[in-house]
Formats: sequence, C-alpha cells, structure tokens
Amino acid sequence: MTETRPFIRLRGRSIMALVLTPESPLPGWLAALDAQIERAPNFFDGRPVIVDVGPLPRETPNVAGLMHEIAARGIHIIGLEGAHPSWPGLEPWGRQLPGAGKPGKPVEIPEAAPHYAPPPQAAPEPPPTQSAPTRTEPAQSEPPSLLVDHSVRSGQSIAFESGDITVIGSVASGAEVVAGGSIHVYGALRGRAIAGLSGGAGARIYCSKLHAELVAIDGVYQTAEDMPPERIGGPSCAWLDGDQMRITPID
Amino acid sequence: MTKVLVVTSGKGGVGKTTSTAALGAALAQAGENVVVVDFDVGLRNLDLVMGAERRVVYDMINVIQGDAKLAQALIRDKRIDNLSLLPASQTRDKEALTDEGVAKIIDQLREKFDWVICDSPAGIEKGAMMAMRHADVAVVVTNPEVSSVRDSDRIIGMLDSKTLKAERDERIDKHLLLTRYDPARAARGEMLKTEDVLEILSIPLLGIVPESVDVLNASNLGSPVTLNNPTSPAAKAYFDAARRLRGEHFDLVVPLERKSLMGRLFGRRVA
Repeated sequence: MTETRPFIRLRGRSIMALVLTPESPLPGWLAALDAQIERAPNFFDGRPVIVDVGPLPRETPNVAGLMHEIAARGIHIIGLEGAHPSWPGLEPWGRQLPGAGKPGKPVEIPEAAPHYAPPPQAAPEPPPTQSAPTRTEPAQSEPPSLLVDHSVRSGQSIAFESGDITVIGSVASGAEVVAGGSIHVYGALRGRAIAGLSGGAGARIYCSKLHAELVAIDGVYQTAEDMPPERIGGPSCAWLDGDQMRITPID
Repeated sequence: MTKVLVVTSGKGGVGKTTSTAALGAALAQAGENVVVVDFDVGLRNLDLVMGAERRVVYDMINVIQGDAKLAQALIRDKRIDNLSLLPASQTRDKEALTDEGVAKIIDQLREKFDWVICDSPAGIEKGAMMAMRHADVAVVVTNPEVSSVRDSDRIIGMLDSKTLKAERDERIDKHLLLTRYDPARAARGEMLKTEDVLEILSIPLLGIVPESVDVLNASNLGSPVTLNNPTSPAAKAYFDAARRLRGEHFDLVVPLERKSLMGRLFGRRVA
C-alpha cells in the first residue's frame, strides 16, 4: 500500500523589522536608547527588532549581557545578526539571520509629546535621529518631520507624507519635494514643491530664494508664470488664503 | 593607485569626447600611463578625435563577448607612447554592454594604466550608467547655458546614487569642467555666469575652456587639442585641468577675449 505523505503548507511572508545597531561605548549607547524610549515610549511596542552587533569590536565583553539589557527594556527581539562566532551565551537569540544584501533605509522615530518639565531641567539633548528639534507646545502629538541635509538634484523626488520636509540646501530645477505638511527650503527652490498632501490647507512652503517651477498646497497649484514677479528671487512664503495661493515675503 | 575617471554631462554635444581626448593627452604628456575608453556604443567618436579610426580592428564589445583579448583591442597612440585607446563598437548598441563584462575590462585596465578615462555617451541610460559605474572621479562637462546646467545637475544626482562608490556609501569626487565658454557673450550677459553655474551645481570647478576654433580644427585633424595646438587658450585650459586632476592647487584664470582684429579675421578661415 503506498504511503501518502502528509501535506505541508509553506508560504512566504515579509515583515518590516527594525534593525537596532548598538555602538561602542555601550553604556553610552544604552543611555541614549533609554532617553529615546523616554521621548517616544510606545515606539518599540509590538515592533519586531533585529539586533545587528556586527559593528561591535571583536573584544567587546559580554555581548549576551547587552542583548538581555535590550530585551529588558521591552524591546521584542526576533533575531540577531553580525555576531562573532567566539562570543558566548548568544544561544537564546537563536541562529543568526542571513546577512541582508542592502542596508535598509533609516527610520524616523517620532517625537511623542514632550511633557512640561519644571524650568531647572536640563535642555533636551539633540535626538539621535533625523526628527525636528523639540518645541515646547501644548500636549498634542507633533507631526514627524523629514530633514534633508543636502541639495535635491534634478530628477530626484523627495516624498514624505507624514509631515513636514526641511531641506538644508537647494531644490534644483526638475526636482520635486512632496510633503504631507509644510516644506521649508533653506536654499533656492528651483523645482516643484507640493505641500499639504495630508489635507492640510494650512500647510506652507518657505524658501530663501523663490525660483520655483510650481508650488501646490492641498491641491491648489500655481506655476512660475503666475507667481508675483516681485517675489521671484527673494525669500518667500506660499500659503493658501481660502482657495487662492498667496506668496508673500518672509520678513 | 589607478584612477578611473568618467567624463560625463547628461546633455549631448557639450564637449565630453573632446575633453576626454584633451585631458588624456595632457595627462599622458605629463608622464602618466593613460587609456581613454569610448562607451558610446553605436555612435563612437573617440576614435575619430584621437585619429585612430583607420586602425580599429577590435572594440570593447568584442572583448566583452570574448572574441578578442583586451590587448588586441587597445590601440596605442602614434604620437605619445603612454596613451592608448579602447574603441567602442559602431555596429552594435548599448544593449551589448554587460555589468560583468565592463567590470572585468575595468579591472584589467586598472592593472596596466595610471588613468582610465571613460568617455560617457550623452543621456542617462545604460551607456552613461555603465561609463560612470566604476568611476573614482567624475568630470562633469557643462556649457554655461540653462539646458546643459539642468542636465548636468541630473547626472550629478546619478553619480551620487548609481555608481559602485555611491552604493558603498563612499563619495565620488566630482569636478565641473565649463566648456565652450565665450568671454564676449559672458560680458554681454548672454551666457550664464560662472558663479551662477557653480551655485546651481555646487561642485568644485576644474577649469574653464574657452570656445575655440582650435578645438574644431584638432578634431578634424584627428588630434586632441592638447597635442595639436598646445599653446592655444583651450589647450592651456585643459593642461591646467589635468594638473588639478593630479592634485595641484592653483588659481583659475578666466579666459579673456584677446584676439586682435587680424586674429579675428584670420581665425575665421576654415582650416
């Protein structure tokens, strides 16, 4: 009688995991991690995390202890990569993950509402990510912001639908910047700026030199031809007045 | 260490092939071992400008496809010993270029030469991508006019994202070579000012090559302008650019209109 084999289902599945990369000196890195968790307490909730210990020097003692420290902070570690075979005690973290081909894109850690601290508290240290500097504002969660610290070249398109985009540099002719919130260009805006994608008619577009090909806020757009000629070349702010685009000088 | 240099621009007709030949000859005359490589498959011009068009037997595509060894395809310049040319195919097109094939050739060239200068075709497709892929240094050739500047900006963006160096998160050195600069038109405000071009492109200036009939004459004679007419203003600009590529730092002199009336009259004659 022929044996029928049991039928086994196998599926492929992708999930987005965060990769945490501890850096020497470790006590300082753990302190920074704690500070980050304090600023955004729910950020790691439920997110699968891979710890990449590859960059740590071979002589680093007690990497297993480091892993326990990370897990103790409530971070859900699903895998480990980059560990040197001589490091002991890493068995609880399972077999190492196969090396990734390309490193993934950096992830923004959003700022949770900073609580009102009594005045003598030390000034907030700059967050180790690319979010905007903390502002003391009433407790409503602030939108995240994307910082682009180089010029945007022709043909490139920067899109960030969850909030503002700040460009330290110029936006070239033929480039575009698309934001859910406002757009701030600390250089010349020569390309397109499309703001307020997340339904923000209050979104604004700022630049140091207006040479834009097109500006749009919440669907209302204006091409270079229709822009007020006295604003061309000067520091300007574009905003919506009802459904009219206004471009005014930045004082 | 061998330097692989790509001469690129985005826009066509701005002076890439001319500059490749001129810079190659200038570097070779300074004692470096130089090979100039034509990546414009199907529309090759470098062999014409180098005066080697009657000696082409094998080309880069032959080498990629294994029909010839690299040594068989390389053409040594008759005038300078340490200058060679790897021509492109005229009968094929860019689809014949493969990643592995080009990588192998560049590796072999790195072993023999101090400078590998890749003459990129115009555009942003495969030929241009292949030419820039292995580059350590880039020379972006730009005319001081708006369409050239915008296209150069695009190509600079690609240099920062599509090269092997960029993928390894290393910066590729980019230099701006302003060509076909006409001092008279610049004075009249009919051409973009150098400062404007630099402000838009934000890469260091390698040199300013004036518009010159000497360049056209040199091409027609099949000789790079730095060989054919080394004292002409254009050739001097290329010699200066070659010195800067080798690491020298010195002030840039903007070419001035210096032709006398007689010079203008005689200079207009067709060679």
